[in-house]
Amino acid sequence: MIPRKHHKILVQGITGKQGTFWTNAMQDYGTRIVGGVNPKRAGTEHLGVPVFASACEAAKSVPFDISIMFIPPMMAKSAAIDACEAGAKMVVCLTEHIPAHDVMEMHVAAAANGTQIVGPNTAGLVTPGECFVGIMPGFNHRVFQPGRVGVVSRSGSLGTLVCLNLTQQGLGQSAFYGVGGDPMIGTTSADAVRILDADAGTDAIVLCGEIGGSAEEDAAAYAKTMKKPVVAFIAGRQSPPGKKMGHAGAIVAGGKGDYPTKRAALERAGVAVADTPSGIPGLLKERLASSAA
Amino acid sequence: MNFEEHAAKPLLAKCGIKVPESKLAHDPAEAGRAAEMIGPCVVKAQVPTGKRGKAGGIKLAASADDASSHAEKIIGMEIGGWPVEKVLIEAQTKIDRELYAAIVNDSATKGPMLLFSQMGGMDVEEAAEKDPNAMRRVPFSIIDGLTEKSAREAVAGLGLDAIEDQLVSTLVNLYKAYRALDAELLEINPLVITADNQVVALDCKLTVDDGAAPRQEAIVPLAAPEKRTELEAKAASEGLKYIELGGSVGVIANGAGLTMTTMDVIAHYGGQPANFLEVGGEAYTKAKTALSILLENPNIKSLLVNFCGAFARTDVMAEGVVSAWQELNPDIPIFFTIHGTGEDEAIALVKERLGIEPFDLMDDAVKAAVNAANERVSA
Repeated sequence: MIPRKHHKILVQGITGKQGTFWTNAMQDYGTRIVGGVNPKRAGTEHLGVPVFASACEAAKSVPFDISIMFIPPMMAKSAAIDACEAGAKMVVCLTEHIPAHDVMEMHVAAAANGTQIVGPNTAGLVTPGECFVGIMPGFNHRVFQPGRVGVVSRSGSLGTLVCLNLTQQGLGQSAFYGVGGDPMIGTTSADAVRILDADAGTDAIVLCGEIGGSAEEDAAAYAKTMKKPVVAFIAGRQSPPGKKMGHAGAIVAGGKGDYPTKRAALERAGVAVADTPSGIPGLLKERLASSAA
Repeated sequence: MNFEEHAAKPLLAKCGIKVPESKLAHDPAEAGRAAEMIGPCVVKAQVPTGKRGKAGGIKLAASADDASSHAEKIIGMEIGGWPVEKVLIEAQTKIDRELYAAIVNDSATKGPMLLFSQMGGMDVEEAAEKDPNAMRRVPFSIIDGLTEKSAREAVAGLGLDAIEDQLVSTLVNLYKAYRALDAELLEINPLVITADNQVVALDCKLTVDDGAAPRQEAIVPLAAPEKRTELEAKAASEGLKYIELGGSVGVIANGAGLTMTTMDVIAHYGGQPANFLEVGGEAYTKAKTALSILLENPNIKSLLVNFCGAFARTDVMAEGVVSAWQELNPDIPIFFTIHGTGEDEAIALVKERLGIEPFDLMDDAVKAAVNAANERVSA
């Protein structure tokens, strides 16, 4: 799913410093926040919405579609499972450094409840002109403008840079999909490309990948079947193998997940690969012009 | 976190997996004394990397004298870039068959996966690549764990019937260890069947999830040290991810993706990045610490600051960098490009306090930093 302005959002960890800062920013932009969770503050109000003991409790009084988690790593598993069991359609999991075995348990709960998990370790989602759910500068008009280009990124900071480059060249965005920098994410790059491919408001897709794992290769396999043009950039060409480059998922190990392999897979699938982020808008305009012709 | 054999094997034994008797030795004399107690033994280099046998780091010793003379040769060797500082003196095992077993985190199924092969030993990876059937891959649920039934299916049809029960309980115990230790990878290669029909782990490779460190306090001190330069170690102790890369353009950016991208764009315009250093995520208030560590690298000839703030507020990061810059007053040029959360305040701050105009386009900032560094390198 793509977050829309009518979607109702629950904020787990709403009363913390980051929860408060970003809930405020989301509300200002038009995101429909209906409630928050903090077991110690249940029954109170925060930022004009009621606070509940759990997502399951919240669901009884304020039905919601999406839950966003501002929860520390060691408590993230139970919060995510709570949101899944409460019937969330989507859980946006910002938390980095959640133990991998906990993440596996979260994915089991998501599958059992039909919940889409975005992340862990995502910066969230932005639907320019409608709402944003995450810790992205969705409210910055120099970065995000409504338009018809869907953007998928493992990294929030790189995604911000790419949207800025698109906006500077007059290309607005239909949606920004931050999938997260962890190795075991709920919504993969390929899943996000598929979601944007099915979106009537999206004409073309930009995929911001990274070295490590096989997300770009999987997305390439899907891109091969698509009519909409896809342009990609892959970060990490200069990164030495065997080193974790910040993101747990961004590591070239045993010769797998390196830059040349990913680039070749994307190009074989007909995806245009830009050498630098500033090269993306030009390639996108070329592809859009030739697909319109 | 990686664990060397001598640290990992006792953790396996605690979960009921048989391992040979062994003792750790740091010098030839200690190796000799250990061998006296153990008898005919194997002298094994302890380094957190594979291919030790091929590198000459594993030798059979019939006597204590043998053991100490092997230890003398092995200690001080370098294997896979690691200096050997200690050896494990381990009782010899009479091997009938060599198998392979591992449990890993599988990102495709987002759950644990058992790997099992009847072709254990030094070349199992190559064997599995040539013949995919040589390695059985069994994904299973983290909720149910590795059941006896799944373990039995994994070893069926390989002529292992006589030893099946023991093998199955070894695999189930391997899963118990994987789960208890928050392992990303727990591998036994070779897992041997001895001449007297025992299933014994002859080696063990263990990688524990860094994210689980807070609840694995008991084993964290047993982990092998990471291969780090002095500055990398200093950064790590400050909670910063810093990697030295050998080039001349210093990089400070927020977020792993943007930092990697900045390195790529530097190379695209003919420069070489000096480092990976990200101040994003929870580290975004540490820009000052980050800068002072980075400036200790003598190869840096120019500095590029690239902020594209999402979660990380660029005004907070810029304040840290500018304060540190004024305090340290380094003799190299600095270039900024700043966008995203808090950009107006950040740009104003850089202009006001350093008299420097940040570049609007990242490419222009990168080009300027590369040119400045290249001029200073050739000067």
